[in-house]
Amino acid sequence: MTMTELTSLTIAEAREKLKAKEITSVELTESYLKAIDAANEALNAYVTVTPEKALEMAKASDARRASGTVGALEGIPLGIKDLFGTKDAHTQACSHILDGFKPKYESTVTQNLWDDGAVMLGKLNMDEFAMGSSNETSYYGPVINPWKAEGSNQQLVPGGSSGGSAAAVAAHLCAGATATDTGGSIRQPAAFTGTVGIKPTYGRCSRWGVVAFASSLDQAGPIARDVRDAAIMLKSMASVDAKDTTSVDLPVPDYEASLGQSVKGMKIGIPREYRLDGMPEEIEALWQKGIAWLKEAGAEIVDISLPHTKYALPAYYIVAPAEASSNLARYDGVRYGLRVDGKDIVDMYEKTRAAGFGQEVKRRIMIGTYVLSAGYYDAYYLQAQKVRTLIKRDFETVFDAGIDAILTPATPSSAFGIADENLSADPVAMYLNDIFTVTVNMAGLPGIAVPAGLDKKGLPLGLQLIGKPFEEETLFRTAHVIEQAAGKFTPTKWW
Amino acid sequence: MSVDLAIVKRVARLARIAVTEEDANRMVGELNGILGFVEQLNEVDVTGVEPMTSVTPMQMRKRTDDVTDGDKAADVVANAPVTDNNFFLVPKVVE
Repeated sequence: MTMTELTSLTIAEAREKLKAKEITSVELTESYLKAIDAANEALNAYVTVTPEKALEMAKASDARRASGTVGALEGIPLGIKDLFGTKDAHTQACSHILDGFKPKYESTVTQNLWDDGAVMLGKLNMDEFAMGSSNETSYYGPVINPWKAEGSNQQLVPGGSSGGSAAAVAAHLCAGATATDTGGSIRQPAAFTGTVGIKPTYGRCSRWGVVAFASSLDQAGPIARDVRDAAIMLKSMASVDAKDTTSVDLPVPDYEASLGQSVKGMKIGIPREYRLDGMPEEIEALWQKGIAWLKEAGAEIVDISLPHTKYALPAYYIVAPAEASSNLARYDGVRYGLRVDGKDIVDMYEKTRAAGFGQEVKRRIMIGTYVLSAGYYDAYYLQAQKVRTLIKRDFETVFDAGIDAILTPATPSSAFGIADENLSADPVAMYLNDIFTVTVNMAGLPGIAVPAGLDKKGLPLGLQLIGKPFEEETLFRTAHVIEQAAGKFTPTKWW
Repeated sequence: MSVDLAIVKRVARLARIAVTEEDANRMVGELNGILGFVEQLNEVDVTGVEPMTSVTPMQMRKRTDDVTDGDKAADVVANAPVTDNNFFLVPKVVE
């Protein structure tokens, strides 16, 4: 097979060809390394490529296969978001403050992938500390979306914060990628690049060894080319872990087995609060298409109300920065990363943090510090955590009434331009990108973004399905129905 | 509620981030934009509502208090900017 043929294989397809000994992991890995080499200057999806490590892992995988030991991801080359700690390899959350950091440990999620035979190609670009919706806050510069509007040469963002993961998957620079989602950071970039991304239930994947942003919201998940690949990856990534007490001791189901199961009789909720004023007609039309597909497949469509939806984003912008300001206190120039000398220790801390953090990260640390400071805690943080209880209660009420899953748009628009003037001038306008996704994190629920069509400009748009806690299988099953109806979307290669 | 220049400087100090006069001035506008946006939470009636402490109702797992790790001083300091004999070095704190 040619290099392009090899890199165009999905994980499931590559798995079959590896099994049939038609290809080797080394061949597959070499093809990806060449593809990255040819594309990365244009797309900036990887911040570091680890070719020696990749080939060493691929050789070891081929040897295991020859001896009859085959893991669930045996020989499959993956890209890893820079937020995951990978032993002796670049791990910087794409921040200047973690300059040179190479941990002496491996995150549980990536260890699970290697234990199942996967191969690491390198570390993927992201918004600094996962704070952003466009991948423009990375210290390593923006990622360029492999998609372009028809007849336009304008560079578009891939979304964020897992922009490198989404772009690399869409451009076939890895078979699949790890990502993380605190307010929409898996689902929004997946929607912007025509890929599939799932944020599992809080506690499904261990957070151990993943650089912390907002600990009560962060969850790891995959970005993949289709629903099946996402199911294969999540099965490997998820586990209970003694090193993360919030990881859940529930068996990890065979998610792939839920694909192809009928959705007949399933109750799909359509929340009226997700119909926003001024929402583009195309988003509404896409939503209606999704409703029609599921109805056609035998699901029952039910109008529902989630009355506290509009408060999710403001509550998030208290809770997430508060947790971030605490988590990011560890970057002080003493134990790892950047140090800028000062006249005394406090001066050293202040200069290090001023030089090491970018604007958006500083903004969120400042907000977090302010809302947690004496006299403001009750008015902001406590109020937000109470609102969060109400947001979760909204979901519990509809699930108790028999709703199996909720269908919404994934994003309020398709991908926007790099350095968009309106968005870069107004942090709140940028935050609105997560309006449909953030509720899911606030309630700890699973959510999947699945491509559902192209807009008038020829750019991908996604739908989101929200499920009950630990019912990812329902999401895979339902998303697969949408995928079957909508088809798959691949960008035209220009890079 | 909104912040002024003095509050921004105080918060920056608490957060241990050095800010220039220009930074601080810009941040006043940005932080007030965000605080204005979150203000709408005050409309919500939260009478009798418990603040969320955990998204999934769970009992925290505990383990026995055993030493299961250690003897890795070189690994612990491996990424530090300045060390000496497996100690982190910082500017003089006590005269």
